[in-house]
Amino acid sequence: MSGVRLLVGTRKGAFVLTSDEGRREWEVAGPHFPGWETYHVAGSPADPDRLYAAPSTGWFGQVIQRSDDGGLSWEPVGNEFAYAGVPGTHQWYDGTPHPWEFARVWHLEPSRQDPDVVYAGVEDAALFRSTDGGQTWTELAGLREHGSGAHWQPGAGGMCLHTIVLDAADDERMFAAISAAGVCRTDDGGVSWQPINKGLLSDGIPSPAAEVGHCVHRLAQHPARPQTLYMQKHWDVMRSDDGGDSWQEVSGDLPTDFGFPIAVHAHEPETVYVVPITSDSHHFPPEGRLRVYRSRTGGNEWEPLTAGLPQRDCYVNVLRDAMAVDALPECGVYFGTTGGQVYASADGGDSWTAAVRDLPAVLSVEVQTLP
Amino acid sequence: MTVIHVVLPAHLRQLARCSGEVSVDAEPTQRAVLDALERQYPALRWTMRDAATGRRRAFVRFYACEEDLSHESPDAPLPTAVVEGREPFLVVGAMAGG
Repeated sequence: MSGVRLLVGTRKGAFVLTSDEGRREWEVAGPHFPGWETYHVAGSPADPDRLYAAPSTGWFGQVIQRSDDGGLSWEPVGNEFAYAGVPGTHQWYDGTPHPWEFARVWHLEPSRQDPDVVYAGVEDAALFRSTDGGQTWTELAGLREHGSGAHWQPGAGGMCLHTIVLDAADDERMFAAISAAGVCRTDDGGVSWQPINKGLLSDGIPSPAAEVGHCVHRLAQHPARPQTLYMQKHWDVMRSDDGGDSWQEVSGDLPTDFGFPIAVHAHEPETVYVVPITSDSHHFPPEGRLRVYRSRTGGNEWEPLTAGLPQRDCYVNVLRDAMAVDALPECGVYFGTTGGQVYASADGGDSWTAAVRDLPAVLSVEVQTLP
Repeated sequence: MTVIHVVLPAHLRQLARCSGEVSVDAEPTQRAVLDALERQYPALRWTMRDAATGRRRAFVRFYACEEDLSHESPDAPLPTAVVEGREPFLVVGAMAGG
């Protein structure tokens, strides 16, 4: 029987939630890696039993854990993320040069074809690839060594590479988003990279339309329309229809265009979800009302989705990696909050229930649609 | 070689899947003990020392005989009581790290 598996990373470990295709009743397993801050857990599209997780602690640094049985058991694999060559400097918070230093893994992106191939986006921003199931990691240094690297600066969470999109149509094309540099694209399998931020405007950098310096929060792509990308930027929801060569704002009638996650419906390339957050300072929903906003027109026109979500006294945040969709015939939408709730919708966002309410602060939510 | 008794913090016992005190055969220096721990428990690699610098992680402390050995040379001899097996070598997560 088909169903879904949610992979939930939290401040104090990882949880695996499972349900049948009804998506009403949830079994919660965990915490895995209790006490370890788990920024991300991801499953291989090529083998749903192969999972990767990225737990770390301030004491003991980063480890990578791998499961070959769908999260029932885990084994530590390689945790050496060595920058290629002499890594140079980027901008520090105060604008001075600061040497690149590995801090943690933010995001893991397994290959669609090979369960042993997985990409890791790290802080300080760089992209690594493993081709042996996470045992060893090699930097794709062309990204960090792009000439603009000295001008990249940290966002509030650090200078992190947090989003990796493996293009749905072109195996040689990838997108990587960095806070605060922007989006970069490779068309040669990760050897060379170019910033693609034309159309982005950001306060807080000397030139609002600069080539780099933008605090992009998240990207999303629908596999049926790979030239179209959606972006939640620090402020502004953006859209590109030329593979990132240019961007247009589609914030439209959102109550605020600040936010972190963005997701696309599994079967409708023009249906997009965001969670508006009050501001860069007020990391909670406007008016204490937790609302997902859905656009069925690829942006600009947005409707609030509130059924089942708290509509008073709610001051949680929803982080960039904490929203995902499943691929069942009626698309399921999921997101986790810093208050420890994971909300699930089995009807494309029309109604929501809490799959679980009292986890540690949720950092990431991924979905596997099981056969 | 000397048998050194080591007490690991809970996070690392969990990672190494061991419990209580562990013992390693090593020359009686910090560096040799940590090397031996990483050989015996590969999951501990780069959890006590930084991979890029090889130095002790900022939030890790090494204690023995009620003394803080964190700032000793990694090649300095460990205290006699540790070498003779009367006291363990303690790997501790700093109070500020939790």
